[in-house]
Parts: sequence; structure tokens; C-alpha cells
Amino acid sequence: MSKQYETVIGLEVHVELATKTKIFCSCSTEFGGAPNTHTCPVCTGMPGSLPVLNKKVVEYAMAVGLATNCQITRHCKFDRKNYFYPDNPQNYQISQLYAPICRNGYVEIETESGSKKVGIHEIHMEEDAGKLIHDEWEDCSLVDYNRSGVPLIEIVSEPDMRSAEEVIAYLDKLRLIIQYLGASDCKLQEGSMRADVNLSVREVGAKEFGTRTEMKNLNSFKAIGRAIEGERARQIELLEEGKQVIQETRRWDDNKEASHAMRSKEDAQDYRYFPEPDLVPVDISEEWIEEVRSRQPELRTEKLIRYKEEFDIPEYDAEILTGSKQMADLFEAATALCGKPKKVSNWLMVETMRLLKENGQEPEDLKFSPEHLAKLVDLADAGSINSTVAKEVFEHIFYEDIDPEAYVEEKGLKTVNDEGALRETVERVIAANPQSVADYKGGKEKALGFLVGQTMKEMKGKANPGMVNQILKELL
Amino acid sequence: MANIISDETMEYVGILAKLELSDAEKEAAKRDMGRMLDYIDKLNELDTSGVEPMSHVFPVSNVFREDVVENGDEHEKMLANAPKVKDGMYQVPKTVE
Repeated sequence: MSKQYETVIGLEVHVELATKTKIFCSCSTEFGGAPNTHTCPVCTGMPGSLPVLNKKVVEYAMAVGLATNCQITRHCKFDRKNYFYPDNPQNYQISQLYAPICRNGYVEIETESGSKKVGIHEIHMEEDAGKLIHDEWEDCSLVDYNRSGVPLIEIVSEPDMRSAEEVIAYLDKLRLIIQYLGASDCKLQEGSMRADVNLSVREVGAKEFGTRTEMKNLNSFKAIGRAIEGERARQIELLEEGKQVIQETRRWDDNKEASHAMRSKEDAQDYRYFPEPDLVPVDISEEWIEEVRSRQPELRTEKLIRYKEEFDIPEYDAEILTGSKQMADLFEAATALCGKPKKVSNWLMVETMRLLKENGQEPEDLKFSPEHLAKLVDLADAGSINSTVAKEVFEHIFYEDIDPEAYVEEKGLKTVNDEGALRETVERVIAANPQSVADYKGGKEKALGFLVGQTMKEMKGKANPGMVNQILKELL
Repeated sequence: MANIISDETMEYVGILAKLELSDAEKEAAKRDMGRMLDYIDKLNELDTSGVEPMSHVFPVSNVFREDVVENGDEHEKMLANAPKVKDGMYQVPKTVE
């Protein structure tokens, strides 16, 4: 390859909003219900039904817009996007084309080459489609409309990104902002956050953009990274062979690590948008914007600074703790209860991260309560349990959210601080291990460790290790 | 009739609308669409400079619902409208991506 190429990437990110009801009807948005149990004439497109806009959707969209430095459109409207597909029962999707709710924003991303602004072209509100299941036995498809009408915002970036690293930094930034706002849980795997990648390549220094393709079906950060590398290579290869890149939608297959063109000419992408006649416009006043702005919670950047100042936590730890809202909430709630931020942070940074990794889980999957973590910190701090027992108890908190006080009581795990009992055990251990005693007396420091271990074993791990050490040294 | 709809346009509109028309129906549709465009041309004769585009026929805005679940499970009633049902879902011809 003689020429140098530059990759130009823009993203369309769909986010499912965390409302209780759908965007245009009072059906539940709860995930995982039996098929079609959250449907009504509106979200199944029955003739004569009328959509009514969920106010919370507008407020979440405004909140995301304000947090991403967008201008809020004061007179905003909905439009119909027409297409036929069985997951879309109305034969149109209600979306926003001409007057989207937010415009001209940006987020700042950090990569190894420094910080950079990624422009946000617009954010619009729209409804999600139903779910199609392909029947294995009969030659047919089955439709579940529970997801039909679930509110989405689509965040359209400017073509400002140049690498997979920048794309992932941008997505991570969006995810954190939206999670902190409580507007969505943003889980890529579960589809509450979905990204379509628009990518083109051009020779370094070229003024015009190359022809772009749109890539769909990317459901993890890793898949996005691989898809970007794959598509960049495919387009460069075409250009090197003197061929043209065709503007098309491609579907990424992460197992095959390759993409294929999705839509044929038969399904021309001509959506014939027109203003939605069933919905009245939304007028957003300055007062309403200020009201939403005043309710914005502390976002990640502010939290990061506060953790370092208020809790004296190192930069790296603060970054991990604030890396997901779930983690930050747990940290703050447990700290408020026990008043020991460094100890709480330590449990989250070490044992929690280890168990999450072992189970292939994300911090969003954390289930245990801050009360139980705070109690554990108190128990360990008071010397009521030793560190080995504390780790064991923590695993039960992590998996089953047990109450550590009750658990320690029930299992008899309290540290034995009773000097008489400890002395008795140590004496037994000394009598049983004359060789180790001789080794220690002969100058082998390691032998002491063995004797401590034997004592702990005798006491089923519940002995206070400091006291055992002291008694051993004294008796020897 | 000033506007003539070409066969290609007719074909394209048919694909978009998922309609299969006979030759006679196509000719009739071409005539109808030509007349509609003539009417739009007529409207375009009006001077609308300085007139705000109308976004809705009623002078109403901000009609909202509160975010409260009110609809229950009525899947049986809903599915009663389906031509075919299987496993609590709407059965449709196979769709391939």
C-alpha cells in the first residue's frame, strides 16, 4: 500500500430511555414480559388509535441535550418515516426529521493523543420497533410488539472521529453522561444502547470525504473496534484495486469478523418523510429548559474532582469508581453509612472488580446493597473478623447480598481475641511441631510463619493473627 | 394535464408502496398522480412569502401524558386482530435480512 489513508467516522447512537411507559401510549416498557403482553391499539398501529406524547421522554431528551452542550429546539415537531417491515406495525415510524429536539452540541473525549471535541449534529426522539423471531420449524417469522413504541433518542454525531479508539472513547463518554442522568442504563449487549457506524476513507490531505457505508449490528465495544478495522481495510482494498466504494448499509457478523451488504435495490431507502399529523408540536420555553437544567445531577467529570478532594482518593481509583453510575452510587452510599471512604473504595477496587471479571460481568450488574458493604467495613475495622474471613463474607455479599453481621454470628466467624484460648492453642501447636520450633530457634524466620499458619488452622481461621504472632514469639 | 408521470416513476412508486398493479391500473394511477401534481402547481401560484409553514392544523401545542402505566395485559384481545397467531405472537411471512 503506497498511499496513506485516513478513516472518517460518524456515529448514530440509539438509546432506549428509562421511562416507565412507551413514548406514545401508557403501555409498560418493562423488558422481558411474555410476548405482546405490553401492547395496545396505539403501539400495534391499529387504525383510529391516537398517539399522545410522554412528557418524560421530552425531558430526558432535553437533559441529554443540555449535558452534551446542544441547543434545544424551541418549536419542535414529529415526522413520519415510511417503510414496510413487519416489526413496524404502522408502516411508518414516528421520528423527527425537520425539527429535532437538540442540535449543534459536542462532547469532549480523551484519548492517548490528548483531548478532542466530537460534534453532535442532532438528537431526535423516536419510537422503537417490535422484535422479530425467526421460526425454526415453519417457514415464517413471529412478531412480539412489546418493544414497539419504547422511546428512543438517536444521537447523530458529526464525522469527527478518525479511529476505533476515538469511537470507543466517544461512546463511553455518552454512556456515562446518559447513565448519570438516569436517562438510560445504556447496555450494549442488551440493546438499550446501539451504535451504527458511518465510515469512509480518503487519502491523507484530501478535502472531500470518500463514499461512506453504514454498519449495523454492533453490540459490544470490541465488535465496534473490529468492525471499524474490517471496514477500513475493505474500503482501502477497493480503492487500491481502482474500484468504487458503494454507499450501502452493511451488517457486521462478529463471529465471521466480516460484513455483508444488507439492503438491495428492491428496498429503496426513500422514506417519504412528512409532518406527523396525529401529534401537536412541542413548544419548549426558557423556563422549562431552566427547570430541567436545575435538576441535572452531578455528572462524572464533577464527581471525579469531588472524590479526589473530598475523599482524598487517588486519580486512578476515582476513575474506576466513577466509571459507572452503579459503582459510584454504591461507593457514596456505603461511605455515608460507615464514614470510611478509603476502605469502601478498597473493597470496590479490589474484590468487587476481581469478582466482576471472574464472572464476565459489568459494574452495572452489581446487585448488593451499600448497607451490607458498610457493615462489613465496620466489622473488619473493629477487628471483629480478620481479613481472611472478611474476604469470604464479602463473596457472600457479592453473590447473595447477605447481612454480614447475621452471617458472621450464625457461622461463628468472629475473631477469637480471647488471650487464654489463643495461648492454649499456641501451646498445643508448639508441642506438636518440635522441628519447626528448632528451625526457628536456629534462625529460620520462615518457621514462625508456618507455626502461625498451624495455629490459624487449628482455630479455623478465626484467630486474631496479630495476637497469635505475639504469643508465639513470647512462648518461643 | 401538464404533469406527465413516467413509467419509471410509476414503477418506483409501486415498489415503495408494495403494490402490484395491472397495466390498466398503472395507466389510471399515472393520470391521477398527474392531476394531483397539476393541483400542487396551482397552489404554487400563490405568493406565500412571509407565511410561516403550518406544522399542525390546530393552534395547539404541548399535549402530554404523564409517565404512568395504565394499560394492562390484553394480549388476547390484541391478537384477536391478527390474521395468524403462533406462540402468543403475530405470524408473518418469513423476513430475511
